[in-house]
Order: sequence, then C-alpha cells, then structure tokens
Amino acid sequence: MSASPGLLPTTPAERLDVAARGLLANRRHRRARRTGVTLGLLAVAVALCLTSLMMGDYPLSVGQVLAAVAGSDEAPAAFVVTELRLPRVALGVLVGIAFGIAGALFQSVLRNPLASPDVIGISQGASAGAVAAILVGGATGAVVSLSALVGGAAVGLLLYAVAWRGGMTGHRFVLAGIGVAYVCSSVVGYLLTRSEVQQAQSALLWMTGSLAQADWSLVRSLALALVVLVPLVAAVARALDVLLLGDDQARSLGRRPDLTRGLVIALGVGLACVATAAAGPVAFVAFTAAPIARRMLGDGTLALLQAALVGVVLVVGADLVAQHLLPADMAVPVGVVTGAVGGPYLIWLMASGRARAA
Amino acid sequence: MSSLLDRAAGASAGPPSPPAAVRTTGSSRGVVSVLVLLVLLALVALASLMWGARDISAAQVWAGLFSPVAGDNDHSVVRDLRVPRTLVGLVGGAALGAAGALLQGVTRNPIADPGLLGINAGASLAVVTAISALGVSSVAGYLWFGFAGAAIAAVVVYGAASLGWEGVTPIKLALVGAAFTATATSLSSVVLLTDRRTLGEYRFWQVGSLANRPLDVLVAVLPFVAVGLLLALASGRVLNALALGDDVARGLGQDVARGRLLVVTAVVLLCGSAVALVGPIAFIGLVVPHLARVLVGPDYRWLVALSALLGPVLLLAADVVGRLVVRPGELEAGLVVAVLGAPVLIAVVRRSRTVAA
Repeated sequence: MSASPGLLPTTPAERLDVAARGLLANRRHRRARRTGVTLGLLAVAVALCLTSLMMGDYPLSVGQVLAAVAGSDEAPAAFVVTELRLPRVALGVLVGIAFGIAGALFQSVLRNPLASPDVIGISQGASAGAVAAILVGGATGAVVSLSALVGGAAVGLLLYAVAWRGGMTGHRFVLAGIGVAYVCSSVVGYLLTRSEVQQAQSALLWMTGSLAQADWSLVRSLALALVVLVPLVAAVARALDVLLLGDDQARSLGRRPDLTRGLVIALGVGLACVATAAAGPVAFVAFTAAPIARRMLGDGTLALLQAALVGVVLVVGADLVAQHLLPADMAVPVGVVTGAVGGPYLIWLMASGRARAA
Repeated sequence: MSSLLDRAAGASAGPPSPPAAVRTTGSSRGVVSVLVLLVLLALVALASLMWGARDISAAQVWAGLFSPVAGDNDHSVVRDLRVPRTLVGLVGGAALGAAGALLQGVTRNPIADPGLLGINAGASLAVVTAISALGVSSVAGYLWFGFAGAAIAAVVVYGAASLGWEGVTPIKLALVGAAFTATATSLSSVVLLTDRRTLGEYRFWQVGSLANRPLDVLVAVLPFVAVGLLLALASGRVLNALALGDDVARGLGQDVARGRLLVVTAVVLLCGSAVALVGPIAFIGLVVPHLARVLVGPDYRWLVALSALLGPVLLLAADVVGRLVVRPGELEAGLVVAVLGAPVLIAVVRRSRTVAA
C-alpha cells in the first residue's frame, strides 16, 4: 500500500482500516486469479477433449460429437465417438487427474520438489510387475494391468513397512522409495536383457505409457477407483494445507502430522498405482503438473484441483499430438510426447524471468 | 520452495564453526574410516582378480601380475580380463561416488544422484543415436558419444538453470535436470520403439557393466577423472559453505556462483567419464554419500573423499557378486549394485531418526 504523503492515515483506527482494505484487496486479487486460472485450464481441457473426439480418419463436427456424447444414435458418428474415441479420451482424462493429484500430494507432503511416483518407486514397481507379466508370462491386456497394480501396491506397502517408525517422515519415505525404485529398475533391466528383442520392445512400449489400449471396461475400473480416492484426497486437503506450515505449527493447531502424512502418502500411492496400471507410467505428468499449476497460481498454495487440470491438459493434449500431428506409421505412444513436450516447457518456465519459486 | 528443500537438506547444515573438540573427533574418525576403506578396497580388488567363472588362487594372481608365464591360462585371464575389469571398476566407482557427494551437496538435496543433471539421459540419447544412425557397436565406440552427450546435457541444464531471475539455484538445477532427463529419455524411446536393432544393443549398455571394457577406453577417460577428482577433493570447503544456504555462504565470503560452477564442472568430468566407461549406474552416487555420512558426519571435506573410496568398493563388490551368483554366466554389475545398495540405503535411512541430508 503506497499512498502519497498527504493521504497517509493518521489515527490508529484509520491505519487499521487501510491495512484491512489492503489485505482484502490482495485476497480478492488472489481469488480472482485462482478462479481465472482454474476456468482457463478447464476450458483448455474441454477444448482438447472435443478436438480429440472430432479428429481422426472419420472427421466429425462439434455438433455431431456433442450429439453423440449426449446419447444420440446417429449411425456412424455415435459408433465412432462412443466406441472408438471416447474411451481413449476418457482414459486420458482420468489418468491425467490421477497423476496430477498424485504428484502434487507427493511433492507437498514429502517436501521435495523431485518427489513423484517415478522417483519413489511406484512406477518402477508397477513396471517390474507389468514387464514380468509381458516377458515371463506372455500376458496382454488386463493381466498386465493387474500385474502392474500388484507391483506398484507391493512397493507402496514395502515402503510403509520400512519407513514407518512410529510415524512417517518424508525423508525416510523418499530415500527408501528411491532404493526400491533402483531395485525394481534392475529387475526390469534384467528381464529386458534376457528376452527376445521383439518382446523387449513391447515391454518398453508399456513402460513409456500409452492410451491405445483404452476400452470401456478399463475406463470403468479406473473411474471407480478415482471415485473412491479423489473425495478422500479432498477430505485431507485441508489438513495437508496446515501441514505445509510445519509439523510444530500443525500440532499446535490440533493436527497429527504423522498421521496426516501417512494418509496422504497412501492416497498418492493409490492414485499413482491405479493410473499406472491403466496406462503405464506416462512420463513426467505427475512430476510436472503440480509445479506448472503452482507457478500459474503464484500464491504458494497446494493447487490440487489445478494440478489435476494441468494433468488432464498434458495427457489429452499429448495424445492428440501423438495421434494426429506425428506420422501415423510411427505410432508414438503418449508418454513420449508428454516427456518431449513437458520437459522443455518446464525448462522454459524455470528459465523465463516470470517464473517464481513455488 | 527453496525453503522446503533446505528443510529436506536439514542437518547437513552443521554449526558454522564447530568447536575444536568436535573438529578433532571428526577428522580422527575420518582418518580411521579412510584407512579401513583402503584396506577394504584392496580386499575387494583382490577378490575381483581371484574370483569369476574360474577361480584363481592369490599366488597365481600375484605371479600373473608380476612374473607372467606366456601360455599360462590363469595368468592371461588375470592380465587380459580381470585387471582391466578391476581398474575400470576402481575408476568408475570412484568417479560415481565422488560425483554423487558433490551433487547432493550442491543441490542441497539428499535424493540427488549423478543422473540428476540430465547427464545419464544425455549420454544415453547420444549412445542411442550413435547405434541407430551411425551403426556404432562397440564399447570403445560408445565412449566418446556417451561423453559428448553427458557434456552437452550438463551445459544445457546449467545454462537453462542460470537464466531467469536469481541465477542458478539448487531447486532450479534439480528441476531443469529432471525436465531435461524426461525430454532426452522420450527422444531415446522414440528411436528404441521404432528401431529394434538399436534396442537390441542399447539394452545391454543401459544396465551398466564392467565387462569387456578395453584398457585404452580406460586410458582415454583417466585424465578427465583425475582432474574431476582433484576438483572434487578441493571443493569440500565450498560445499560446507553452500550447505548453510546461499545467504550464509555469501556472508562467510564464499563466491556462491563460482563455487557452484566449480562443483558442477567436477561433476560433469566425473559423471561423463563414468557413464562412458561403465554405463549409467547412478545408484552408486546416490547410496554412497549416505553411507559416508554415517561414518564421518556432514563435513564435505571428508564426505567427498570417503564417497570416492566407497564407490569403487560397492561397484567392485557388485561386479564380483554378479560373477559368482550365476556361474558360469554373470549378472551385470549395474543390476547387482541396486540389489546390494538398496538394503544399505534403507538401513541407513531407518537408523537416522533425524533428517540427515
């Protein structure tokens, strides 16, 4: 609040009034920015979804797409949208939400900007499970997803077993997770070097992350998992906000930091596991969604909703690029694009002067 | 967020000027640890010369080294296979261990590993390109590509991190490095998913191994490693200052930007050489500094030296174990390192109630 000298408040009451107004204005400004960013992200996400539904070998208009989604059964359009394109887009949306939130949870609760499912072993555990199923068992489809889920969950449980000692500190969890991640990577490396090249390639494809395997049963399973997990995240979000003030502060406000942390990590592990099982460890989404969302808001808050939206934009947008902008015969999986586009974008965010420490 | 990082780094920030008594205990522990590790290193190196697909007695190893008989199988195995392999393990392990300690110090992040600056991903991308586009197919051929890829990655990451407001900060370095890694890995994946022949060769390089590294490859990287190690040993004081946070370090008269550049240069030399020599085995650089911290505490002057000794101990031990578990075949050292190192890391982490960066 800078005022010209003549207008400086003189009495204590006036000063208090000015300060209060300043505070309110600041809060209003932040709230407006928050709303703006959220609506903007939502609009981009919806636009990307619609574009994905419209584009393809059989191009459709916006009207046809909307009608088909709304339930019209006009012959070719309805089939193309609901059977071919919608499952893939829906899977992209769900995976984006799950990875976006999981990354935001890990990074804030573990107090380390490098923490994400790919760093703490969840992705590697899921990869080890899936790659073993592909290379040893010759499995495909749902069996691979299930093995990935088992692998990721096993790593999560193992980490609780070794890192929980009358409470959970982020430091113990992250480091134990990295150790486990390297062991799982070794297992994957071993399997990859002891298999046929052709099979190794399909395992690698899974590990890059892809939406091509989308069908309604997969989408339904993932949606069911998110319907359970996301409301729980919303329920602990407030406690997590308090936790960001530090353990002592949180305790003095009547929270139990260790318990909150344990719960939040469990939710993050759960989200990362189900998303990875459905689409593979789509590179970089969980890592980058939260930093991008936080820099957009610029107010140092948790930004869970915004991180989820950034996740959706990243996955759906990357899949759009992978499917339609790159040569079709390359059949590039979505994970390649999220890494190849998300990486430079984050670098640009860091390097451009406007970036602020989140 | 840098304050979050600092908190994660926690106890690495020792008291600014430790009382004399503490300092003596620290260095006497350091001296003892160095001596013990040297003995351990000698033992592991001896084991690496003796054990493998065929076991060779210590006496035969000695004879093979110092009075070789032409035509003696044992002697030629020792001289032509085991000695290069052991030397590669010593040099690669020392480079990775020291680089890990440097990186954890300069980023103030206990989960930093030598892959953090994008070095491994850059080297991998270069090797993939070399195999796919140029048809390179020998370890000696990979060497310069790996090294060049590592150097380019480091320059790009450091350059990008130094743009923008407030210059290079630990957090920017870490995030830009991770972002670069994601980009380079994605580009590698594109090649590997479309080119089966390249995947067939790359997957063996990618796990990391000490086998079949010709001695001239070692000789080629030795100068880089030597300079890197000298820089690393010289940067202990800088890292101790940086551990207190940039502001305090500046207040103590440390030129923060220059100190950071010195450390990163050492890291590039060490990691670039190591990844060219043995492949991207980043885990050594992650686990070894944590173990060293248990031995000598947070003083980087000792941490770097101990990490440079612990690195080869772990790498050679992994290599020997890899040779013994599936005889007459073998497991690559890069695979075994994680299996040996992870329990150690977890034990160290569980042991510390407080945060040890």
